[in-house]
Order: sequence, then structure tokens, then C-alpha cells
Amino acid sequence: MGNVKDKNSFIWYDPFLLDQQLTEEERMIADSARAYCEEKLSPRVREAYQKEYTDPEIFREMGELGLLGITLPEKYGGVGASYVAYGLVAREVERIDSGYRSMMSVQSSLVMYPIYAYGSEEQKNKYLPKLASGDHIGCFGLTEPDAGSDPGAMSTKAIKTKNGYSLSGAKTWISNSPIADVFVVWAKSDAHHGAIRGFILEKGMKGLSAPKIEGKLSLRASITGEIVMDEVEVGEEALLPNAEGLSGPFGCLNRARYGISWGVMGAAEACWHAARQYGLDRKQFKRPLAQTQLYQKKLADMQTEITLGLQAALRVGNLFDQGKMAPEMISLIKRNNCGKALDIARMSRDMHGGNGISDEFVVMRHMINLETVNTYEGTHDVHALILGRAQTNLQAFF
Amino acid sequence: MKILVPVKRVVDYNVKVRLKADGSGVDTANVKMSMNPFDEIAVEEALRIKEAGNAEEVIAVSIGVQQCQETLRTALAMGADRAILVKTDAAIEPLAVAKILAKITADVGADLVILGKQAIDDDSNQTGQMLAALLGRPQGTFASELNLADGKIAVTREVDGGLETLSLSLPAVVTADLRLNEPRYASLPNIMKAKRKPMEQLAAEDYGVDLTPRHNVILVSEPAAREAGVKVANVAELVAKLKSVGAI
Repeated sequence: MGNVKDKNSFIWYDPFLLDQQLTEEERMIADSARAYCEEKLSPRVREAYQKEYTDPEIFREMGELGLLGITLPEKYGGVGASYVAYGLVAREVERIDSGYRSMMSVQSSLVMYPIYAYGSEEQKNKYLPKLASGDHIGCFGLTEPDAGSDPGAMSTKAIKTKNGYSLSGAKTWISNSPIADVFVVWAKSDAHHGAIRGFILEKGMKGLSAPKIEGKLSLRASITGEIVMDEVEVGEEALLPNAEGLSGPFGCLNRARYGISWGVMGAAEACWHAARQYGLDRKQFKRPLAQTQLYQKKLADMQTEITLGLQAALRVGNLFDQGKMAPEMISLIKRNNCGKALDIARMSRDMHGGNGISDEFVVMRHMINLETVNTYEGTHDVHALILGRAQTNLQAFF
Repeated sequence: MKILVPVKRVVDYNVKVRLKADGSGVDTANVKMSMNPFDEIAVEEALRIKEAGNAEEVIAVSIGVQQCQETLRTALAMGADRAILVKTDAAIEPLAVAKILAKITADVGADLVILGKQAIDDDSNQTGQMLAALLGRPQGTFASELNLADGKIAVTREVDGGLETLSLSLPAVVTADLRLNEPRYASLPNIMKAKRKPMEQLAAEDYGVDLTPRHNVILVSEPAAREAGVKVANVAELVAKLKSVGAI
């Protein structure tokens, strides 16, 4: 028998002491991100959501603090931080709003990462520092009106010209596109036997436009648009030289999805803490709601799912940092954590009673946001099919 | 000029503290710890003085357990140039802290020491004053504004009647109040750089200071729960009520 102490105190908001499993540096990064989010993002989200307003200044603020592209090396404007640190930042930002986290994820994982991983030295030097500082805003064009879960069905084409390529096609549901300076777009290239290749486009190119998608009921603090390309002429230097086929976009999406698995836990924590506080404050039948068994059962479910979800995200983050990540691991946590976060948000909305529908409380905004997060970057069901394929060797999506 | 900024590791201000079952103190096991908020303000002020070209070096110092190095790392990430950890596992009180700080102030040759006015754990509000006395230097406590000029430092303090401004000759000791500034966030690049900044480790015992606490803690207990109030209809009833409870 060792020296067993079973009277340790239980930290209700961090049951498995996640904080102690981080490095000192990761804790400091999370603390800084949290302070920024609480003091700068939290006060503006309510109005931004109501008025469907995306503040481009947020990119510059995040850039100044160093929150964009943090896993990239310093020479390109990153800080060489771990994937765990990247996840912790996503958790803090999404604790405020999934839209803000989307803006950051797209910039970091879907724009900066492909330029870093698949780009030439010239492309890296040209684009990455300004994307890291937030002076430039990036977007990522993969999804099309008729190619969502099946990106291989895309119809955007790159036709070889004398000096480069001519791109035509339409992308939709593109975060940041109406305010973007840099567009990473995927197209089937006839010069590469119809393989999917990545291209970097810039705002103002002839034939390139990015109209805003109106009428979104979710992620309203984060602007979404289309990318319309009508014979956009680019030079050879716009082609990402080191990616061919769907593995290119999937490499980026893996990183973004991994970040989402942390991010949604932040949103879920916000809903859980709000429900707990509401239950302590709100009295009915002469006692706090939190003193009823139904209420406590729900709080216990929230605590359990969040604790397990965060622990899973940390495990995959550590494996990522050790170079042992398999994409199916990310499917597992993206799917689980998004689904659980959505359940928690809905439950919290319900526990807030009538007050829960007001934007004075954060829960319904989180709930509606999470409907999107559960769907984008691989729906809950599609990730199930990836996990199904991985254990049966039988592909059920065609 | 060199500026010394002592920083204390305390229970994070967001944490609701819990007492140990035996009443011997606050339970700090597994609790989130951070830099004392007033010390953050002190670090920020030192950095601003340096950035304005009025100081060459900002040195952070912490006295306590090994984990105080995290608090020092935060000071380094904010922008301090180097750090000194004076390690001890013993519980130490403001007088012992002030005696050690007095020796460090002399060792590093600091002309200005900026401390938080108090730590949010024990709220002693003594260390800065004791340090000034031990060093025989002028002190400006509860500073809400600092201005350096011609070898003097003007310290504005919030007093009951309004604002009071003291002019201190350097070297001096200043303690920071809440409204002195808003501390910056440690940016991620600076957090990474902080790893490479020098951190000296010393042992409290090496300073030849008697660390023995001068106080004997008998019991630490929760404040009494506030009882529900009563509503009165008019002044007469109020006066009668106050009389009945012996308040007037």
C-alpha cells in the first residue's frame, strides 16, 4: 500500500484536474487567451450577434496577442506552440462564441496551415506574416452548392493557360469570405489529370467576388459568404505546389476539426456554468432549482460529458504533438464533443426556463451556434461513417 | 535605473476559497494559483517606466515554493528582463519577506521597488512599508499615478479627501493600487520568449533571515453568514427597531 490519501478536495469545474496535466507554457497561453476573451470579446458578442456584425478588428487583436497560427514556427509569424495549446485557445474563444472561434480556426488551420504545409517558400514569406498579425484575413474554399460531404464531386475547374491557370466555379458556406484578403481555393486542374489542387487567390482579382450569405440564424457574429470565380486568371505562383488530391484539404480540416473538439467544450462549459448559477439563484417552491433532483441530475450529466470530452481532446492533442495522430481519432472527438456540446446547450436552455430564450443569457446563442458546429467540418453522421469504415473496412458512403 | 518588482503566488481571484477541515488555513491543494493582481499592476508600471526610457532593467522576484517560478514566468512573459526565485517551503510573513527583499534590493542595486499594495490572500498590506523602513528609503503607498522626473518620483495617492501627491527622492519604495494602470496580456510570442529569459534560483535560508512566523494562527473560519434583514414601514418603526436591538 502506498500513501493513499482519499480526502483530496474535488474541484467541481475541473474534476480530473486537466489544468495540472498541461505544461506551464500551455497554462500561461490558456490564461492569456482567457483574459483577452473575457475582457475584449465577451462585452461585444451580444450586439454583434443581434446585428449580425463581424468586427474585422478582432483578427488584428488576435494577431497582436499571437493567437493566429500558433503552431507554426516563429519565422512565419507563429510561436511554435503545441497542438494542446492550440486546442486550449479554441476552448477559451468558443467559451464566448463559436463564431469567433470559427474566424480564428479558419485563419489558423484552413488558411495559414495549408500555405505553410503545401506552399512554396515564396508563398510562405508572402502570406503568413500578415495572416499571423491579422492584417490580412483569410478564407478557405472547398464546399460547393452540390459538393458538401462529398468534396470529390466539386465542379470548380482550373484550366491551364499560357502563364498559369484560369479558375471558374462557385464555393459556398465560406467563413470570412466577404471580408477576406487571401483565398485558399481548391479546384480540379486539367493540367494535373483532373486532380484537386490548391490555389491562393487575392482580393481584387478580376472575376473574383465573395457575396455575403444573408439570413443565417446561427454563427451570426462570424460572416459567411460565397466565393464566385468567373475565369479568374492567376499565375503559376498561385498554385500550392505540395498538395495533390483530397489529402490537401483534409490535412487542413483535420487540424481545424481537432480545434473544434476543444472549442465546443468551451461553449458547453459556458452553458453548464450558466445553468449551475441559474439554478443556485433561481428559487421556485421556496428553494433553489439547483436543490431539486432533476436539476442536479442534468448538472451531473453535463459535468461528466465535459470532463470526458476535454480529457479525450487532451489525449488526442498529446498524440498530435508526439506525431501519433490518426485522422480517425479526430473524427471520434469532433463527433462526440460536438454532439455532446449541443445536447448540453439544449439542456441548459431548457433549465433556464423562459429566461433561456433571451439573449441576456448566453445559452440559446451557444445552442444555435452549435447546430452549425455539429454540421460543419464533417457532420456528426459522416464522422460516424468514417469510424464505421475504420473498424469494418467497408465504406458506407459513396 | 533598475526596478525590482516582488510578485506573490496566490489563489486565483476567480476561485472561491475553501477552508481546511481542521481550521488551520485555506485549502490550496489542486486550486488554481496566479500572480497577485496588485503585483500584476506593479509589473505593468515598471514595464511602462522602462518603455518610457526611464529604467534599464525590470527584475521580478518571488519568495516561496518552487511553483512560484510560474508566477515569475508570467512576469517575464509580460516583459520583465529577468527573475529571481527565493525558494522556501516554509510559511513566511511580511517581515521576513521584507528582510529578504531588502537584501535583494541591495544585491541587484535597484533604485525603485514597486510592490502590490497588498496580496489578496492574507490582505496584510505590510511588506512595502516594512521594506521602506528597513532600507531607510521614502515610501509612497497606494499609488494611483506615478511620474518620474529629475531623480524624483511623484506618487499620486487616493486618500479620503481626494488625491494626494507626494514627491519622493530616489531611491524609493512604491506600492501599487488598483487604478494605477491596466496590466497588459502576456502575448503568446512573449510567453515563448519567457522560457529563454534568465531565472536565478536561491534559497531563503541563504539570506540569514529568521523566517520564523511571529504570529500563531489559532483558527481560520468562515465569516458568519449574513442573516436576512427585515423591512420597516417608517422612520419611527426603524428607530424603535434599532433601539430594541441595542444599536442606538
